[in-house]
Amino acid sequence: MSFVEYGDTIKDGDTAIVFLGHESMFPVKVQHGTVTQTKYGVIRHSTDLIGKKYGSKVTCSKGGWVFILHPTPELWTMNLPHRTQILYSTDISIITMMLELKPGSIVCESGTGSGSLSHALIRTVAPTGHLYTVEFHQQRAEKAREEFREHGLEHLVTVTNQDVCKNGFGVSNIADAVFLDIPSPWEAIGHAKSALKAEGGRICSFSPCIEQVQRTCLAMEEYGFTEINTLEILLRVYNVRTISLQIPDLGKAAEDNSSAGFDSSNPSNQGSPCAVLQQGTVQFKSGVPLREMVGHTGYLTFATKS
Amino acid sequence: GSRIREGDCAVLKRGDVFKAVPVLRRRKIIFEKQWFYLDNAIGHIYGTTFEVTNGGNLQPKQEVEETATETKEAGTDNRNIVDDGKSQKLTHDDIKALKDKGIKGQEIVQQLIENSTTFRDKTEFAQDKYIKKKKKKYEAIITIVKPSTRILSTMYYAREPGKINHLRYDTLAQMLTLGNIRAGNKMIVMETCAGLVLGAVMERMGGYGSIIQMYPGGGPVRAATSCFGFPKPFFDNLHEFPLSKVHSLLSGTFSTETLPSDPEEYALVEEESNGLTDEKQASLQETEEEPTTEGAMEINQTEEQETVDINAEDVEFKENKEKENKENVREKQIKQWERRKKLMEAAALLREKNADGLIVASKFHPTPLLSLLEFVAPSRPFVVYCQYKEPLLECYTKLRERGGVINLKLSETWLRNYQVLPDRSHPKLTMSGGGGYLLSGTTVVLDKGKCDSNNLETLKTEEPSPKRCKVQDLHC
Repeated sequence: MSFVEYGDTIKDGDTAIVFLGHESMFPVKVQHGTVTQTKYGVIRHSTDLIGKKYGSKVTCSKGGWVFILHPTPELWTMNLPHRTQILYSTDISIITMMLELKPGSIVCESGTGSGSLSHALIRTVAPTGHLYTVEFHQQRAEKAREEFREHGLEHLVTVTNQDVCKNGFGVSNIADAVFLDIPSPWEAIGHAKSALKAEGGRICSFSPCIEQVQRTCLAMEEYGFTEINTLEILLRVYNVRTISLQIPDLGKAAEDNSSAGFDSSNPSNQGSPCAVLQQGTVQFKSGVPLREMVGHTGYLTFATKS
Repeated sequence: GSRIREGDCAVLKRGDVFKAVPVLRRRKIIFEKQWFYLDNAIGHIYGTTFEVTNGGNLQPKQEVEETATETKEAGTDNRNIVDDGKSQKLTHDDIKALKDKGIKGQEIVQQLIENSTTFRDKTEFAQDKYIKKKKKKYEAIITIVKPSTRILSTMYYAREPGKINHLRYDTLAQMLTLGNIRAGNKMIVMETCAGLVLGAVMERMGGYGSIIQMYPGGGPVRAATSCFGFPKPFFDNLHEFPLSKVHSLLSGTFSTETLPSDPEEYALVEEESNGLTDEKQASLQETEEEPTTEGAMEINQTEEQETVDINAEDVEFKENKEKENKENVREKQIKQWERRKKLMEAAALLREKNADGLIVASKFHPTPLLSLLEFVAPSRPFVVYCQYKEPLLECYTKLRERGGVINLKLSETWLRNYQVLPDRSHPKLTMSGGGGYLLSGTTVVLDKGKCDSNNLETLKTEEPSPKRCKVQDLHC
């Protein structure tokens, strides 16, 4: 197992994802002799996990079962221990595409935070690219280093513990892309420019507040960045439900209801998702938006150094 | 940086408008109401901005120091500005005369400002806006950029959304992330998006790993793929397999012997003997229900012209000696044999049933395509795109019945662009609808005996099986 390579079977030392059910999972470090408690009972690593295929159903001690999944940056994002506010896959996906990342890309990032984006970036630039990530908080930098090591990624990433606004990224003229997720990104635009390759590259800055965006845009313009573009991406998730709606009783006889346009035996209505039930209701499948959704994570400002 | 070379596929950019063109000498290009030749661009670095001179030549734009006009005069509001249509002292003919003289766009804009009676009364913001608008119209500037998924997906969505099933670029970005596309994967891609999705997957895989493209009809369409300008080795591990053979492959009755006798396949082989490359062929095969007025891709147009030439030659060919005819037949046989070999390779890869993921983005109903999941290993992501939500609702239900998948999610993204200027920041246009929908999930080991588990709690946390759907609004 590694975050940059699929493996078929679960091995000692792997990070695996225990999937209990809808939106209910947690990561586990596989170790001989270790046990993991779940609400369905105990999982014994040596007998229940090691040597099994990823994606298998594992029966726990109480007879309940869970699935064990191969880790991916996306699953990690949903399960990682938060040390800071993190970026989610919706933002990560547009960041990756708009920064034009691919295998071999050299990327600079600050701050490292909880490493949610870092894992996704490393996945994309492997096996020949590299991530230089800068985190000014010493413990967080240390923790990130440890995590990358545990996930078999240390050869693809360099974690530096310093203040990017004061000291930059510690590299110059080598990056294809720079990503900033810090409180005052406008103070790091100059450093970003010098980290980028002489022939150019892309930059992205993530900020929750529009005032931060304004200052960042001004700084980008000042440093000669072009194609400055700010956007926001929102994810809408739908629940798939079967909905029944009652047909109002307008005092007509029941068999006349068919003429109200709900005739399932009518050939023109064949294959329609609606089905008329006896009790005067119509059934159909619907994608129902969640009652609550994320309305705002942050603004993403992209630009080009050319 | 990489330099623009003859024969490259480059992308022209003006503002937010893109157009992909092949870089060829002495070929007139028309873009955004300007015509020019790309000859002078060859050898320059990608990302260079050019000015179009009068003879249609390009010259790198000199960085002009904006001469700050001393003591800018500006009004505070528009209470005294009357629209009488007479504020501009220059007539249409005057402006045309300036253009014909070959006066630079910048100077024309300056003239317009000087001859506008209301300009000085406008607010500073309005003056800015006026200048921007005029610059856009009179300054003939284009930037030549290197193709990438970012640029090509933006271009296709703006210019030819019908060709890519209205797959918006942020949706494509989601697919690449949800599908965990990366170097070393063995991916199955089924798309009818002109090869754009395939190209995006290829870019993310960087030539490492393998891709099996499932195609409908006579062959895969890769018009957009060819715009990326991938190096040759990227195509070494790109396989293709006809959708029409999936059933026989799954049931074990598949054989390649039946192939060349298929009439459509035969036609394809014949076409290939014309010496067309795969990509060129693809653009010929592209059939579009809705007639497109102007193709976004000049490339296609040239290809068609070239093809006509080749066909004309072909006629001469046929009138030629039999010797050459025989050679043609032999060549055809070699081509057939090669095709069969490639097909066998693709079939063998699929039979292993250990693909690292499945990406579907096509004009077809997605539900039947779920049989492609048979080729995917457990604990791997899959993503299905559809322009409409309803087919994915059905897909979702069918997948639940089938089992072998978890973490199903039906989603859509909205994208909002912003104008960010001092004291003038606000959202630009909201893009919603028309970007399409995604159904994503993860494969797991399929229970042979449908789960009759005593694990009721898990059943509760899982989505209900169709039988239990009678209860309304179950938490799923």
